[in-house]
Amino acid sequence: MKKDLISITDYTKDEYLRIMELAAGFEKNPNRDILQGKVVASLFFEPSTRTRLSFETAISRLGGRIIGFADAGSSSVTKGETLHDTIKMVSNYADLIVMRHPLEGSARYAAEVSEVPVINAGDGANQHPTQTLLDLYSILKTQGTLDNLNIFMVGDLKYGRTVHSLLMAMSEFENPIFNFIAPEELMIPEEYKMHLREKGIRFYEHREFTDIINDADIIYMTRVQKERFSDPIEYEKVKNVYILRNKMLEKTKANMRVLHPLPRVNEIHPDVDANQKAYYFDQALNGVFTREAIIAHTMKLI
Amino acid sequence: MKDQKKLKLKVSAIKAGTVIDHIPAQNLFNVITILGLNKIENQITFGTNLESDKLGTKAIIKVSGKFFLDDEINKIALIAPHAKLNIINDYKVTEKRVVEIPNEIQGIVKCFNPKCITNHEAIVTKFTVISKEPTALKCHYCEKITGHEQMQII
Repeated sequence: MKKDLISITDYTKDEYLRIMELAAGFEKNPNRDILQGKVVASLFFEPSTRTRLSFETAISRLGGRIIGFADAGSSSVTKGETLHDTIKMVSNYADLIVMRHPLEGSARYAAEVSEVPVINAGDGANQHPTQTLLDLYSILKTQGTLDNLNIFMVGDLKYGRTVHSLLMAMSEFENPIFNFIAPEELMIPEEYKMHLREKGIRFYEHREFTDIINDADIIYMTRVQKERFSDPIEYEKVKNVYILRNKMLEKTKANMRVLHPLPRVNEIHPDVDANQKAYYFDQALNGVFTREAIIAHTMKLI
Repeated sequence: MKDQKKLKLKVSAIKAGTVIDHIPAQNLFNVITILGLNKIENQITFGTNLESDKLGTKAIIKVSGKFFLDDEINKIALIAPHAKLNIINDYKVTEKRVVEIPNEIQGIVKCFNPKCITNHEAIVTKFTVISKEPTALKCHYCEKITGHEQMQII
């Protein structure tokens, strides 16, 4: 049985912990030759420079070779080839497929078509599981544990796939508390609240971004995107409400860290960057180690 | 009303087979397609726009010499949840059955998410039924939930 990673819920809690352990190993010693002689296809049907470079760095540090494309314009998609046929062909060439695609469900479908494992590097607004695993690794690294944490999620909680997946993953651990801070239009969807209720996990919803963050262990910031609003006036009203400024961090806990999947626009003021509680740039670096771990796990290399 | 009763009596005279009753009239042809009745050689009679206390108007299908497996017949549960089956042997009803929405659904329904891959390539849709009343289907591919109001038959 080949092992794909399409959705964050494809992994068990034990697998999350296994990835964390492997990632820590790769952080200590990132350059290994365990992928030597292997070919990895990096298929980016839509551009995502950050994610692609992170994956390709991970593959290179493991000694693998990369084939693929960085956007659909330079692939046979422009000739009208179906995803099915592209994947069939590539799975004959490569030992692993890393895929980014604008359509939701494309990764699950590719995994069904492909003979070799598929790692989802983002399928539309649906899933981006490697981001979640690097978020978990960042939380573990900064907090020393994934249990008993108070997680604040701020911004676009309705459409933000990173917050949904992180919520699903963190709800596997002991006794988390979630605090959701978002405008009315972008509150966390009912299905996730239902999931938390079923698991007996405490959560609180807020409209105001105030000193309630003083209880936080993690503040997970996201972008509030203009295109999510049907009414531009509503966007104008909220766009400057959910901005984290350095001053707001004064009374926050010493262990607290600010995470953001990046890129940010204006939701974290640049004056936060110098604060030692700002962790978002380190978080991005953790992505390389986490992806080395995911590749090694997926291909059963260690 | 009287005429319809007569019609019913006339067409129910099958020796052995299945009568599917209480199909919402507007879904008759979908039921026929889903069960593949348009592709078999058996004798089939159907009536539609018949009066029904429960459904307003209903349709009825009588298939001679055909007995459905549960898996087969449950496929129509999404569009004919109140359908009742009468199994006929030797001109008599020997068994009555109801339909039940299965836990998984393949094909039949379209995923309502326009950005779902199943709406862009020739892929058979696949859903997990997360709620039966009201119906809610979670797409195996895009993971979005198609609710009762958005449900569209392929």
